Amino acid sequence: MSIVIKIENLSKAYQLGQFSTGTLSRDIERWWALTRGKDDPFLKITEDNDRSVAGISDMVWSLRDINLSIEQGDRLGIIGRNGAGKSTLLKILSRVTSPTNGTIKLKGRIASLLEVGTGFHPELTGRENIFLNGAILGMRKYEVQRCFDEIVNFAAIERFIDTPVKRYSSGMYVRLAFSVAAHLESEVLIVDEVLAVGDAEFQKKCIGKMTDLGQGGGRTIIFVSHNMSSIRALCSSALYLKNGKVMEHGETDHIISSYLSDGSDSSTLDGTIPEYLSIHGTGEGRFTYLVPIGGDGEIKREFLFQEMLKVKFQFQAFQDINDVVICLYIVNMFGQIIIKDLGSTDFKPRLIEKGVHEIVVSIDETLLPGDYSFGLSASHFQSGSDIDFIDNFMRFKIRKESAEKGKDYPWATVQGYLQPRSNWKKIKLK
Amino acid sequence: MDVPAESPGDWDQIIESKSGLLDLRLKEIWQYRDLLLMFVKRDFISFYKQTILGPIWFFIQPIFTMGVYVFVFGNLAGLSTDGIPQPLFYLTGITAWTYFSDCLTKTSRVFQDNVAIFGKVYFPRIIMPLSIVVSNLVRFGVQFLLLIIVYIFFILTGWKPHITSYVFLYPILVAVLALLGLGIGMIVSALTTKYRDLALLVQFSVQLLMYGTAVVYPLSSLSGKWYSIIAANPLSFIVEGMRLGLFGEGVFDLSKFAYSLLITLVILFAGVIIFNKVEKSFVDTV
Repeated sequence: MSIVIKIENLSKAYQLGQFSTGTLSRDIERWWALTRGKDDPFLKITEDNDRSVAGISDMVWSLRDINLSIEQGDRLGIIGRNGAGKSTLLKILSRVTSPTNGTIKLKGRIASLLEVGTGFHPELTGRENIFLNGAILGMRKYEVQRCFDEIVNFAAIERFIDTPVKRYSSGMYVRLAFSVAAHLESEVLIVDEVLAVGDAEFQKKCIGKMTDLGQGGGRTIIFVSHNMSSIRALCSSALYLKNGKVMEHGETDHIISSYLSDGSDSSTLDGTIPEYLSIHGTGEGRFTYLVPIGGDGEIKREFLFQEMLKVKFQFQAFQDINDVVICLYIVNMFGQIIIKDLGSTDFKPRLIEKGVHEIVVSIDETLLPGDYSFGLSASHFQSGSDIDFIDNFMRFKIRKESAEKGKDYPWATVQGYLQPRSNWKKIKLK
Repeated sequence: MDVPAESPGDWDQIIESKSGLLDLRLKEIWQYRDLLLMFVKRDFISFYKQTILGPIWFFIQPIFTMGVYVFVFGNLAGLSTDGIPQPLFYLTGITAWTYFSDCLTKTSRVFQDNVAIFGKVYFPRIIMPLSIVVSNLVRFGVQFLLLIIVYIFFILTGWKPHITSYVFLYPILVAVLALLGLGIGMIVSALTTKYRDLALLVQFSVQLLMYGTAVVYPLSSLSGKWYSIIAANPLSFIVEGMRLGLFGEGVFDLSKFAYSLLITLVILFAGVIIFNKVEKSFVDTV
């Protein structure tokens, strides 16, 4: 296997805050320093991009000294929290922006799908957009022509091919966009979480297609996602970025579990949820606090098998919020949700008044031994828009030992996550 | 599929923070020529699809402008037209000026208008201004057709045309016009990514610049100080050259042509270099 992408000492600095204030004088000063052969006076930065720590300088490293080699046919998954530098890395690889330091050496062409349907024009038909999008991705017209039928088939939009894309559903839009990028003859394909938009069936199809491209077609794929199961399904190796640095690079499962455990371990024991964990939301309110507690209300990170497990969390509403549904998740070490608890069975949205609310949930399910963490979401029932969403917070452990004698979990490996309250009836047939 | 490269040295692309000032990557631009045509096509289709009158708009604008000029400059102000029929005189100026100012203003907004696409996918950014020049060339063509129609109409009504051999320079003059608009536009576009005020400045200065160019009056009507000022503007000679070719009247010769061409090339060259420098990192600043 040959190396198709070689990243050497790659760094990228961003300036925080207002660009326009004093840039002219700053530009002159910088130019003056550079012409005298001195260092850029505004690049003296030693800070990492850690958003939980307030910075002193107004420049920040989004990527810092990345070294990486990617071989032909690799399917590399990039994981990391928001702001870890994943998107910046993809942007530099796609040549949308340029690095501050370091080099990337590439073989072959890169098709990047940083966004669904970049350059699609709503007034143009599906057919015209295929050619336009293909050209934007750097293909010649005859190259697009050659795989045109395949693109249309894969996207399953034959009937609408001569309809302007403004009449397409968002699903059709995504399918077409992905299809164009996946079929064009580039040696490297970069995909940034765009699959989140399509339906489950199409997501599977995309993962399948990308796997094929990598294994059969020898194409290199770089994939960024927050969805660990997509990463696991697709990627042959993974890269864990944290605060702009490479934490680990290696076999997918290993990297995913170290990412997930690292992420939830960093949550402080006092249960305060840092603001940077709020991924996206309307800003009407946020979760501020979460701790697992035992039967007596004491904060714990380790539980015995079959021990009472409770969760205490706080939600701060900045205003009266109508039509809210709050969910508590329990997530396994692969980021998969194993319990989603709505707090009631009638699924009724409620009004949350302005102020801080505390909720204590007792979980009457028996979790099998292993490591878990929590997730929280508050969303509007009608529109489905998220008010706040906390993923993978506060890791906790269920031990194999039980409080009662002789009720320990007996096996070395644990299969499954829950012990159901089932009822077995045995009758002797013969 | 390519044969895997033997030596680690032969990479197809190297992404770095800096590039040579004169590294214009012409080969790469040539590879993206289909994209240029797709952008031109897109501009046209989207232009038609949102209008009822469609391509007729290409005619309406110059005809109405011509009417207003005939009234204001021809009748009220009584400006000379070198003996050329007023509608033809103004129409020649309008077609040329519209092309120049469209190239300039649209190119100067190219980064702001395309942040969404530039921020998500790479292609040589210069494709965008080039497509603007080509798109507008088609519009110019349509308006030039109108000029020809009016020209023929005047011949039919008994006016005697006087075409000179300078008419063969006409296509080159159009190209110079486009390149000058492109060059200034690129310089402005690069600067507006940081200093927004320039975009506003350009908008009205282009309008005013028309009066600083021999569009609504002939150069021959000026003398002394005013003549030197207006003649220093390379655009004046271009417009005059167009009129000399079509009507046999205009202050123009090869040395004046060389002057306009030289200035255009210098500006274009500066524009391309500045544009190339900015395109790499503008995404972070816009």
